[in-house]
Amino acid sequence: MRLTALLLAAFCLLPWPALAQEAARIVEENRAQIEKPSRQTIGPVIAELAASGDAMADDILSAWAEKRLVIRKSDSAMFVAAPDGDGFALTALDGTPAGTAAKGDLTELKPNAGVRGLIATALVQFTLSDPDPAKRQAALTSIAQDPTAEALEPLRAAIATEEDPALQAQKVRLERLLTLRFDPSSEARVAAIDSFGADLGLDLRAALNPLVATTRVASATPPDGNLARELRLGADIPEDEAYALLVAANLAPARLTLEEQRAALLANLKDGMVGGVPLAELNTQAARDRAYTALEASGAVPVAATDDEATAALAAAKFYEVYAEPDPAVTDAAQAALGRIGTKVGVMQTADLGLDALSLASIYFLAAIGLAITFGVMGVINMAHGEFITIGAYTGYVVQLFVPDYTLSILIALPLAFAVTFAGGVAMERLVIRHLYKRPLETLLATFGISIALQQILKNVFGTQARPLTSPAWLDGALVINDVVSISYIRIAIFVLALVFLAFFLWLMKRTRLGLEVRAVTQNPAMAASMGINPDRINMLTFGLGSGIAGIAGVAIGLFAKVTSELGTDYIVQSFMTVVVGGVGSIWGTLAGATMIGGLQKVIEFFNPSNTLAAQTYMILFIILFIQFRSRGIIALRGRAAGD
Amino acid sequence: MTFLQPRHRSAVIFIACLAVFTIAVTIAAHFGLVSTSFVKTLGKTLCLCLAALAMDLIWGYAGILSLGHMAFFALGGYMIGMWLMYARTAEIVVASLLNGGLPATPEEISQGIATQIFGVVGASDLPAIWVFAHSLPAQLALVILVPGLLALVFGWLAFRSRVTGVYLSILTQAMTLALALYLFQNDSGLRGNNGLSGLQNLPGVTASQDAVSLWFFWASAAALAVAYLALHAIVSGKFGSVIRAIRDDEARVRFLGYSVEGYKLFVFTLTAVICALAGALYYPQAGIINPAELAPIASIYLAVWVAIGGRGRLYGAVIGAALVSLLSSWFTGGRVPSIPLGFGTINWVDWWLVLLGLTFVCVTLFAPKGLGGLVDRFAGVHAPDRKGAPLGPDQGSLQEQEAKE
Repeated sequence: MRLTALLLAAFCLLPWPALAQEAARIVEENRAQIEKPSRQTIGPVIAELAASGDAMADDILSAWAEKRLVIRKSDSAMFVAAPDGDGFALTALDGTPAGTAAKGDLTELKPNAGVRGLIATALVQFTLSDPDPAKRQAALTSIAQDPTAEALEPLRAAIATEEDPALQAQKVRLERLLTLRFDPSSEARVAAIDSFGADLGLDLRAALNPLVATTRVASATPPDGNLARELRLGADIPEDEAYALLVAANLAPARLTLEEQRAALLANLKDGMVGGVPLAELNTQAARDRAYTALEASGAVPVAATDDEATAALAAAKFYEVYAEPDPAVTDAAQAALGRIGTKVGVMQTADLGLDALSLASIYFLAAIGLAITFGVMGVINMAHGEFITIGAYTGYVVQLFVPDYTLSILIALPLAFAVTFAGGVAMERLVIRHLYKRPLETLLATFGISIALQQILKNVFGTQARPLTSPAWLDGALVINDVVSISYIRIAIFVLALVFLAFFLWLMKRTRLGLEVRAVTQNPAMAASMGINPDRINMLTFGLGSGIAGIAGVAIGLFAKVTSELGTDYIVQSFMTVVVGGVGSIWGTLAGATMIGGLQKVIEFFNPSNTLAAQTYMILFIILFIQFRSRGIIALRGRAAGD
Repeated sequence: MTFLQPRHRSAVIFIACLAVFTIAVTIAAHFGLVSTSFVKTLGKTLCLCLAALAMDLIWGYAGILSLGHMAFFALGGYMIGMWLMYARTAEIVVASLLNGGLPATPEEISQGIATQIFGVVGASDLPAIWVFAHSLPAQLALVILVPGLLALVFGWLAFRSRVTGVYLSILTQAMTLALALYLFQNDSGLRGNNGLSGLQNLPGVTASQDAVSLWFFWASAAALAVAYLALHAIVSGKFGSVIRAIRDDEARVRFLGYSVEGYKLFVFTLTAVICALAGALYYPQAGIINPAELAPIASIYLAVWVAIGGRGRLYGAVIGAALVSLLSSWFTGGRVPSIPLGFGTINWVDWWLVLLGLTFVCVTLFAPKGLGGLVDRFAGVHAPDRKGAPLGPDQGSLQEQEAKE
């Protein structure tokens, strides 16, 4: 870098020998300011240096910013210093080497942060053409973050010489963004705005929005400047705000607040009377107004607007919105561009909402699919289903304690969680549920007892704070389609997992011996038993399967949710809803239910984004109403298998 | 003497026990043998017993496992809490405005109350649902009307579309969850998750908390006694026979010409109102109410109490609720000695819920009659021994051994 700069300086010396001294001259003329710079006054000096055309200006400015601009104590001469062994190699301000000096012989100039910021801005024009692409990139980023009119010319100059196609594209885009804001010609600005079309970039919206910013004014006649629209009182501007504008424009006296009135009345309290009204009668607003008017008449208090006067003043005045940007052509073009962008953003947001809904639906589907088996197929209400989900998530956490590699640990955790919860489910079926098949309500209560016991045991073992279940690095980040639509990889993975489960479950129930026997036992246990099927064994396996799938779902949910002992509780009601809404006993129904609930929740959240609680409330209300009209769910089983 | 008939014996014994208990507590409190907070705990327990009575009527007698009755309980508490909080705040606001020099206008008073109550959720206007909060009779009417109407509408929708069994349970649970989530919002008009507080201070009452807690204890005991007698009259008459029949076989009752939905709706609404009254007595003793009280788990605990006490008998529900809730506060209060094991210590604050859950599973499996079953054994009452395989395809069909006899 130093060598290149020197070569460049040497090169510059040939065609413009006069310029070589230019930077040194400017420094010499402003020596006092440079030695003790202040942010307010140093600007012109830096600008002059930067505009000097002298190749040394870059070196001087960057040395100054890096505290390498030094003064030799012996003769007060100024040099650019570079570390060299124990001391410094000095370069004179005209670019000629000037030997070395020890650290003790030099005084460093130490500009403060504000001055360093000014220097950095000035240096941009040099770095835009810097041979190092990383520096050019940094300069572009710096301009994009803090666009100024001054950057426009250097940027335009730097486009032609750019060789890197990516940087070239960035420079062109940035040039147009700066043009639409700072170019002196109105046509150029409108052309720049129109050239973007309906571009979705946030940078474009950040550039356009200041152009259409407005201020509101009150005046009797239309004000000068670029008028946006006239405001209708009440419809476009609330009366309070309108009156505040009137007061600000000195068109009306300030309104009296109740507090001020109260203080004024108290201040004029004499002999138990205020303005001729006895103190005891001042317990209504009308009496207080009467007393205040009497005081106004006597001149004891300033005149304040009453409601009638305020209404009259509001009716007499007109209210306008005025653009800060004076050029109407530009504001019209910017409005049109923002309108185009708004439409496109709306479409994209709908797409994004669809993706979100799909991802939430697959989470609900995963949580509910185990229930679809135990509740939907066997008719057993398992309130401990949520705890099996939690156990699955904790299994993943424990595996990660022993297996540090995240990818491997997830691959181990999935089957292990299935095994653990499968065993738990089988044990529960054998010990408890088997005795209660004829008493479904009591199954609900007994499994609830198991649920609170399990939840408390998990809390006692793992504590109440959230445990981490970290996803592999390749699942980090998101698939960004544009500035509006994006979806994280982990959600895609969960979607895929849900599809895999759907396929697995369909295959199991429709294509295997086990599925056949499960369906037979579900429809008629006695008949199935007389055909040589062991209903006990089938019930045990089915329940184990449902619980095992809950365990796997737990690992998946734990990857993005906090793993606490209450993880499962958050999903249990939604899971039951999913199964009931979809239609008990049908896997397609569960899919439909999950899609509906997920989609609905996201749509309600879209209308009221700040309030997920309200979204859940309305969703549950909707489900309660939905069950009124389709009490057997979206996909109802027909025939005798539907039971009751 | 009709009240000495054997079918009324349990009610007479219960009322006598309750009276003795109330008098004993009153005397003990008078001589300072029990603390004020313990009197409050006992009074709250009586309210929970009242809610359990309602749960027993709807679950034990009518066979509808509602997992939403604590929502009505809390709603009743909210309704009375609105008046308590409003009237109490009004006293404070009027007192502070008196110091302001000018006599207060009505607008200033209502504005001051609204700011005082809703400042915590960043609002300064009284929501529309507080329009009756200044009036005790109106809020007392709302204690009955709001939960009653909610139960009526919800029950009508649910029973009309023949939602039964576990589906109804899940639906009621969803209703509770929806209500709780709604109340958790700050703009629900009931102070979000701050709930209503300071309810133990009765407006216009200067008596000490010792006296107030006894008043509420008596009121709770009286409410429990009245409700017990009323419910006993209901279940021991023809109405009781019909709802038990609905529990055992809904379809047959319908074919006999009874309006099953009407009976269910009446029981559902009646029990909701009883729960609301219990809540209205409970929360002034608890002093604070917030949406967590409506969590679905609370209603499930209500079912747990009734199941442990014994379904289908009114005294069972009372015994279960009293025993489990008192044991629960004893265990979670940290006053039960820990049990040291070789590898660790059983700290009951942590392990009480495990014990409760497992006890509950065992009760469901081995003692479906609950603690009330002990009374049966003591009194020598036995259920018919229906062993053997069923002869028909359905539940409740004739068993093979019965057929032989």
